[in-house]
Amino acid sequence: MKPVQVRGEVLGIKQVGAYWAMTLVAPGIAEQTRPGQFVAIAVGGPETPMLLRRAFSIHAVRETGIYGGTVEFVFAVHGKGTEWLSRLRQHDSVDVVGPLGRPFALPREPAHCVLVGGGYGAAPLFLLADALRARGCRVDFVLGAATGDRLFGALEAKRMAASVAFTTDDGSFGQQGRVSDVLPDVIARTRADVVYACGPMAMLEAVSRIAAEAYDGAGIPAQVAVEEAMACGVGVCMTCVLPVIGDDGETRMVRSCVEGPVFAADRLRWDALGTVPLDAVGAAAMGAH
Amino acid sequence: MADLTTRLAGVEFPNPVFTASGCAAAGQELDQFFDVSSIGGVVTKSIMLEPRSGRPTPRMAETPSGMLNSIGLQGPGIDAFLQRDLPWLEQRGARAVVSIAGGSVDDYAKLAGRLRGAPLAMIEVNISCPNVEDRGQVFACDAGGAAAVVSAVRKAVASSIPVFAKLSPDVTDIVAVARACVDAGADGLSMINTLLGIVIDTTSLRPVLAGVTGGLSGPAIRPVAVRCVWQVHAAMPEVPILGMGGIRTGLDALEFLLAGASAVSVGTVTFHDPSAPARVLAELRQALDERGIERLEDIIGLAHRPPVLTVPEEPDPPGDEPEPIPTARPVAFEDVR
Repeated sequence: MKPVQVRGEVLGIKQVGAYWAMTLVAPGIAEQTRPGQFVAIAVGGPETPMLLRRAFSIHAVRETGIYGGTVEFVFAVHGKGTEWLSRLRQHDSVDVVGPLGRPFALPREPAHCVLVGGGYGAAPLFLLADALRARGCRVDFVLGAATGDRLFGALEAKRMAASVAFTTDDGSFGQQGRVSDVLPDVIARTRADVVYACGPMAMLEAVSRIAAEAYDGAGIPAQVAVEEAMACGVGVCMTCVLPVIGDDGETRMVRSCVEGPVFAADRLRWDALGTVPLDAVGAAAMGAH
Repeated sequence: MADLTTRLAGVEFPNPVFTASGCAAAGQELDQFFDVSSIGGVVTKSIMLEPRSGRPTPRMAETPSGMLNSIGLQGPGIDAFLQRDLPWLEQRGARAVVSIAGGSVDDYAKLAGRLRGAPLAMIEVNISCPNVEDRGQVFACDAGGAAAVVSAVRKAVASSIPVFAKLSPDVTDIVAVARACVDAGADGLSMINTLLGIVIDTTSLRPVLAGVTGGLSGPAIRPVAVRCVWQVHAAMPEVPILGMGGIRTGLDALEFLLAGASAVSVGTVTFHDPSAPARVLAELRQALDERGIERLEDIIGLAHRPPVLTVPEEPDPPGDEPEPIPTARPVAFEDVR
């Protein structure tokens, strides 16, 4: 697999609740995409003062259409870059690189899978659900958000999954509370073998803890897709690093764009996010300067 | 088509476009987007003796036409670099320019010693590091410290390998530091490194970067970089310069060549466009052709020369006299009262 850089033509853009969904004709990307991967998009046009690419996880792909392969991603307007993106219309074009990053690992044998999404972080879970179902896995969703209009993919989830649990902070849709309030029950009820999650870091940490404590502490594996700030998305800028435990048991600051965005939850140093733990490889050398 | 060959301290490169240190890792990631052996050379991320974790996040903030970074020279250390990264560049057929960084003069000398016999075209000395033996004074901000590092590296490296010192623009007199480096044995100069900056988050009311200060790079700093290249080339026209700072297009690269650089590094814009070095090279080639420039070496520092008045080779042919200039009719105005 090799990411490509192409001019993507906007095939469609629509508002979905509090978010935007954009579909690009991007030859070479759709054909290679695996669930959990992302695209990095240049915003602001040719003379843009915004140099950093914006990374969005891929929500859907269509390998062959009349226009060629398409990719769809979901975004919220947060700043000038995403605002620019939201003003694009059909036939406009953007520079897009993808597919990037390490995808979700799929179970070799059919398994019961709970997919947990926070806000539009749920976007990559639908490609994943497709892939899991194609392998004969049972798929259940837990979707949470601050408010009902910030829940993403409710209908799609209902269509695909054996069950869906919704939570909102304000109780405007589903159960009032957080995904972590209902996840233990969902794991028990569905006899879950694995949890997949994507959303804000605090949610991922809670999901990771719940998965580790499942079945009276026996635990089940969880894979989480992180949303770290990136500058390049392709592995050269070193800004999107996280402390992650390697196969050798050592903690290293690794790039979430290349080694992630999907990590095994028990490999992330949740205690040390946003810091460089003192026992990380190379941390001692930082003392000098 | 223009001859793009350029020479840096006796070493010939097929063209003058390089990556910039810290913006291309060791070439492998960018090779997915363009052939890294097609550009002049790959300047690798500054390597130090030991593995380094780098600083906590956030490490980056976007700024108008630029960015601020505080990575902290995260890297695998010289052993892993020699074992893994440099052999890959050699096998790929890329010309490697190895950037080294240290916390003391001795660190730099040891690194240079480790690079003896390694497959590389050139060494770039990143002297924008604090000297732990001098209360954290940045080598590049002090002519004496800069010279000590350059001299130690020059002694430890084979004479066939050019040693370039990478200068910081955060000094009152860049020509003085440049001269000190050259006197200490630098074969050439890379300029410029990033400018020190701070961005404050007006929501959290605190600095954005975990490291508080960071290095500003990108098109925002290009005029500063061109000025530095200009001043140093004016003072020491015989010293080759690898110019960098905000190059985004072939015309930006041309500016640096005209100011006196013999080659250029494409840095931050690579984050925006991973194929930028190859694109800048193609655009530069086209820009030279459009201007009828046959040899790149003819235009290095050209902007310092006074403009030449073009004299027609032959008198205008008869019958081609200019049309008489029409005259306007006199206009009388009404009285305004």
